[in-house]
Amino acid sequence: MFNTRRAALAVTCSLVLGGLAACGDDGADTSETGDPPASSDAGGGDLPERIVSLSPTATEMLYAVGAGDQVVAVDDQSDFPEGVPVSELSGFEPNLEAIIGYEPDLVVADALPDDVVTGLEAADADVLLLPAAATLEDTYDQLAELAVATGHEDEGAEVVAGMRADIDEILASVPDRVVAPTYYHELDDTLYTVTSSTFIGELYTMAGLENIGDAADPDGTFGGYPQLSAEHIVTTDPDFVFLADVECCGQNAEALAGRPGFAGLSAVVEGHVVELDDDIASRWGPRVVDLFRTIVEATAGLPVG
Amino acid sequence: MAVAAAPSVPAPLVRVARLRAGWLAAGSAAVAVAVVTGVCFGTVALPAGEVVRELLWFDSALTDTQRTVLWQIRLPRVVLGLLVGSTLAVSGASYQGTFRNPLADPYLLGAASGAGLGVTFVIVNLAEGSRTPLGAPAAAFLGALVAVGLTYLLGMAGTARGSTASLILAGVAVSTFLTAVQTYVQQRNQDTIREVYNWILGRLTTAGWREVLLILPYAAVSWTVLLVHRRSLDVLAVGDDEASSLGLHARRTRLAVVIAASLGTAAAVSVSGLIAFVGIIVPHTVRLLVGGSYRVIVPLSILFGGAFLVLTDLIARTVASPAEIPIGVVTAFLGAPFFVLVLRASKR
Repeated sequence: MFNTRRAALAVTCSLVLGGLAACGDDGADTSETGDPPASSDAGGGDLPERIVSLSPTATEMLYAVGAGDQVVAVDDQSDFPEGVPVSELSGFEPNLEAIIGYEPDLVVADALPDDVVTGLEAADADVLLLPAAATLEDTYDQLAELAVATGHEDEGAEVVAGMRADIDEILASVPDRVVAPTYYHELDDTLYTVTSSTFIGELYTMAGLENIGDAADPDGTFGGYPQLSAEHIVTTDPDFVFLADVECCGQNAEALAGRPGFAGLSAVVEGHVVELDDDIASRWGPRVVDLFRTIVEATAGLPVG
Repeated sequence: MAVAAAPSVPAPLVRVARLRAGWLAAGSAAVAVAVVTGVCFGTVALPAGEVVRELLWFDSALTDTQRTVLWQIRLPRVVLGLLVGSTLAVSGASYQGTFRNPLADPYLLGAASGAGLGVTFVIVNLAEGSRTPLGAPAAAFLGALVAVGLTYLLGMAGTARGSTASLILAGVAVSTFLTAVQTYVQQRNQDTIREVYNWILGRLTTAGWREVLLILPYAAVSWTVLLVHRRSLDVLAVGDDEASSLGLHARRTRLAVVIAASLGTAAAVSVSGLIAFVGIIVPHTVRLLVGGSYRVIVPLSILFGGAFLVLTDLIARTVASPAEIPIGVVTAFLGAPFFVLVLRASKR
């Protein structure tokens, strides 16, 4: 019994953590409560002066829209841009007292338990929940929302316009192909992947690529984050492999080639294994442009048709 | 329950049960069917006839990709499933016999929590780059052995003859303590929590021949020792005093069996993570089908345990193909109801 319970817990957790972006998708239990109220009143008269961010993506967004000076503390996973005031606060296990200790007037997170939201509001802090984006438009919306809430509406609009322009420019360089090249995006070395229905999957689709993971989760049973069978990867033999587990799990082109049966993969033989930055590939902030550029540039060399 | 109900008459007198050829054949057939099915079916369709030709005559019409799938991915996984399943099942049977406790499982003496802690330490403390591929399995192995050793020392300390009850209680204490430490370390390191969970969940997914070679020697030693002691387990079942009067050195026998079963468990856990239920369900099912003698249960648990895990793994990798689901979920989901069925049928 002990083992089953533990296994069940582990299933839940690995699913929740399976691609950080997944957290927000099914974080419905929290987001329903906190979303709208905070942003509406923060946009008015009093601008927040003591912001606490519990989400690495929100941290990147805050600094991008120019609200960095108002940020007093960020969670232990936030690490960009350089010099952010990293604290011991955790976004996964938010500690109400520890957060209130920073005397915030605005707390930004991707998801928070109801009791923490209530507690923060009781302590006169506004709460803004920005769950994992499902599309690029969500990212733009969140940037704009955050910009308004922090009093940087114009800068926020500029950032979004700049991102749109960059994405369009990169998009224009994507060659028209007769047959879409295929890819496998690896979340960890136990072969968890994303489908096209996810935020990151959308970027690959925009880059004109076809996802070999789609077959494993056609109806969204796994929430867009299925665990692939090694046999599937070997037989579908994707043109490209993107590793988003370089940092977390020490993977690289060499390690990939060393796995049983993987040495003969076209992507390995042709040198089409792309090592991504785990952080950029798991956040939906402003650096998504860099990720998109990496994807498009890495695949540009493949002959058209 | 079956063990608890064991008659108090000296075992050899009532248990003339021998391993009958029929059951041995049934067990071997189960293994053969499981292996052939496990090898022929999977995410990628392989023509069964060609697979058998490839395996037997090395001259088949399989393409290079199919050959890669067969030899480098599927076959090692099937073999690993066989080894892990057999080892967990036979360890479970032996623990149940030596502790005269029907609920004893391979993780009873702290093997699971020790292994979990070992793996957690490696994942948390060593940057991935500086880890060898076998770092986590080695830590699991060590952790399991240290935990079992600790349990044994504590369990034996207070009692003159080392009763099985105090040993089991010591196991519970050690397990709880190590699990607490493991949970603490894991929660303090959110960035690696997912990797830890993935391992604890139990998996045969990243299996290659490396894992097979790693576990093989330990499994072989463990099986051999347990097979040799299978008659002694029958004698132990009647109680230490009776066993002594029958000329068996109960404590020495128990020590040998516990060490062998723990060694096997540690090896299995080190390559597959924690796969629940196999060590309880398989031996009990065998016992319900063929009777209570360990002379029969031990060897049959090896055969049916291996077959069971290969088939459950087949389900884990095909039911959502090309996606996979965790094998621990399948073993518990199918194993528990099946066990209840057998239990009910045998009572009728």
